[in-house]
Amino acid sequence: MEEQTQIIATIVEHKPGVLYEVANMFRRRNFNIESISVGPIETADLARMTLTVKGDEQTIEQVIKQMNKLVNVIKVSILEPATTVQREMALIKVHTSDAKARSEVIQYADIFRGRIVDVAPTSLTVEVTGDAEKINAFIDLTRTYGIKEVARTGITALARGAKVIKEE
Amino acid sequence: MTEMNGAKAVVESLKTQKVKDVFGIPGGATLFIYDVLYDSGLNHVLARHEQGAAHMADGYARVSGVPGVCMATSGPGATNLVTGIASAYMDSSPIVAFTGQVNVRSANSSYMIGRDAFQEADIVGITTPITKHNYQVEHAVDIPRVVKEAFYIAASGRPGPVLVDLPKDVQVETADMDFSTAINLRGYKPRDNPHPIQVKRAAQLLLKAKKPIVLAGGGVILSGAARELARLAEFMLMPVGTTFMGKGAVPETHPLALGCVGMHGSIEANKLILEADVILAVGTRFSDRTTGTLDEFCPEATIIHVDVDSAEIGKNVKTDLPIVADAKKALRSIYEQVAHKTEKTTQSPWFGRVEQIKEEYREAVKGVSSLQPRDLLRELRTLLPAKAIVATEVGQNQMWAALHYKVLEPRTFISSGGLGTMGFGFPASIGAKVAKPDVPVVDIAGDGSFRMTEQELSTSVTQGIPVIVAILNNSTLGMVYQWQRLFYNKRFAESKLGSVPDFVKLAAAYGAQGIRANSLPEFSKAVKEGLKNEVTTVIDIPISPDEDVYPMVPAGAGLPGMIWK
Repeated sequence: MEEQTQIIATIVEHKPGVLYEVANMFRRRNFNIESISVGPIETADLARMTLTVKGDEQTIEQVIKQMNKLVNVIKVSILEPATTVQREMALIKVHTSDAKARSEVIQYADIFRGRIVDVAPTSLTVEVTGDAEKINAFIDLTRTYGIKEVARTGITALARGAKVIKEE
Repeated sequence: MTEMNGAKAVVESLKTQKVKDVFGIPGGATLFIYDVLYDSGLNHVLARHEQGAAHMADGYARVSGVPGVCMATSGPGATNLVTGIASAYMDSSPIVAFTGQVNVRSANSSYMIGRDAFQEADIVGITTPITKHNYQVEHAVDIPRVVKEAFYIAASGRPGPVLVDLPKDVQVETADMDFSTAINLRGYKPRDNPHPIQVKRAAQLLLKAKKPIVLAGGGVILSGAARELARLAEFMLMPVGTTFMGKGAVPETHPLALGCVGMHGSIEANKLILEADVILAVGTRFSDRTTGTLDEFCPEATIIHVDVDSAEIGKNVKTDLPIVADAKKALRSIYEQVAHKTEKTTQSPWFGRVEQIKEEYREAVKGVSSLQPRDLLRELRTLLPAKAIVATEVGQNQMWAALHYKVLEPRTFISSGGLGTMGFGFPASIGAKVAKPDVPVVDIAGDGSFRMTEQELSTSVTQGIPVIVAILNNSTLGMVYQWQRLFYNKRFAESKLGSVPDFVKLAAAYGAQGIRANSLPEFSKAVKEGLKNEVTTVIDIPISPDEDVYPMVPAGAGLPGMIWK
């Protein structure tokens, strides 16, 4: 069966051990987390966990069902790419050996609507936000200069329009 | 609201849950709770190893349907529970395990857990993959709510074990306790009513079927659906195969009963399920021991899968029609639909085939030795009342029991099916006896398994919980021995246990009664004596190590690859 990458958005109890519970279930059931991002939401004791998971249709279905079985997981939804705003942020430290390299990287950052957040004699740190493909593209472009370090947040996402994921 | 300390709140909570019996061993981190238990009026059964306590709670739960409670101290006490909890988890048995834990806060309020104090173990982390849910309580005030939730989660939906970890200082801390709060778990809302459209479709499929069959799993027993199952099966003259865990879902002497499907299932069950055109699978997770290789498991049949746990649907076997619901409610609804559309079937070619195949293979399996387990188990059935409870250990003894001991009522056959825990049967039978003191309880054991938890003889004797242990003693790890004979060129690596201990003397050393039975009449006499005994009776039955369990679907084969001699 065909593998696909799905964005799964979940609302979970915001308390210690929940990330462990989710991660443990993924490991135990042999599911792969491509990325995960977690943060508190507008309701005080809840958090949103956004996961990207690779697998065939049956695997994704199992992931959702197994997630739903966890008592601390309140709501699980698949976010369809076409109707979802998805963003990832990356900080990329690029080696810039000379002024030419530096100005080229700054130009690339401009084109990608990135921001230079740190400058040092032989490096630039660029902040790029977008979907995963955009960040990959920027990393590919700047690879020739030498990438010293990359930090990515993992995808976070919301459905477009008025649709929301809420506890029922 | 009443002010009390955490330990008192634990015991009060148990009383609120109508708990009468607790299985456990005290230790440094549970002293406060035991001090309250001391004159609480609750019956505490002192196990001799925490694994025993967990199996006792499990056995108690399996025969009664009420959550069993076990208790252990922090660190090794807690980790000793792990095998018992995992066994309960695999077989969806509701137990609530309480563990002591080191202090959560020091005198100056700094956080203490995680500093590797004496007898500290991260039992919540350890049991996360083998519990339905678990808790570590950090404030005494939460105890009434947590315990109430723990029992609710353990017993509702698909049952399972829940662990509550109680740090020492939380047991001492006093708070205003409220035992009346309603349960509000926003992430846990078990569904149990079947979808009416799915029910209608299931009925249509069954009505159109020429060769329908039921595959009844442990879920039928857990939901108390045996009567609903029999009514539907009888109405449609539909044969019923069970999974190992489903043993007892239908009386095994019933004309429609086929016995178990699977690796050591009956010939008729394995043959007929392969011939069936529609399979109504209820409360089963399609374990590999039931299905054999999946691509050879009824590839042409239409499968209706009823389960209360939606995650079981499509997990192992592709389902044509899923019904996420409680087995009892689903079977009742399907019956109503079917009965509304048609008359009771009184004869069918399919039922003729069932009768024919049952007759054909009635005595197809021949043993090799003079004192055969099959005959012992058939004899045992005649000696016990229908409501008697039989527990088994794991291995050959268990599979012989599955094949030859006919279970007549639900919840009268308990065994570690999913995890296959050797040493389960004896402590589980003690737990069963505590739940049903008026019913005879027999543990069908192998010598290998019994050795693993035999120390609970102390428990049964000192606490006056008499059971019968019938050891099919072949002085080997019999199932390993069988596989080595069949598939490892008779290289019997580490599977011979020798003839020690002398189980008759061992029983005597514990103050139990030991009897050796060398023949069927001696066995019969020993069981009769055991049924009258006020102490536990250990019957040692020497059998040949050359006796294999047949039929058998070899590992890696499908049901069509079943062999027997």
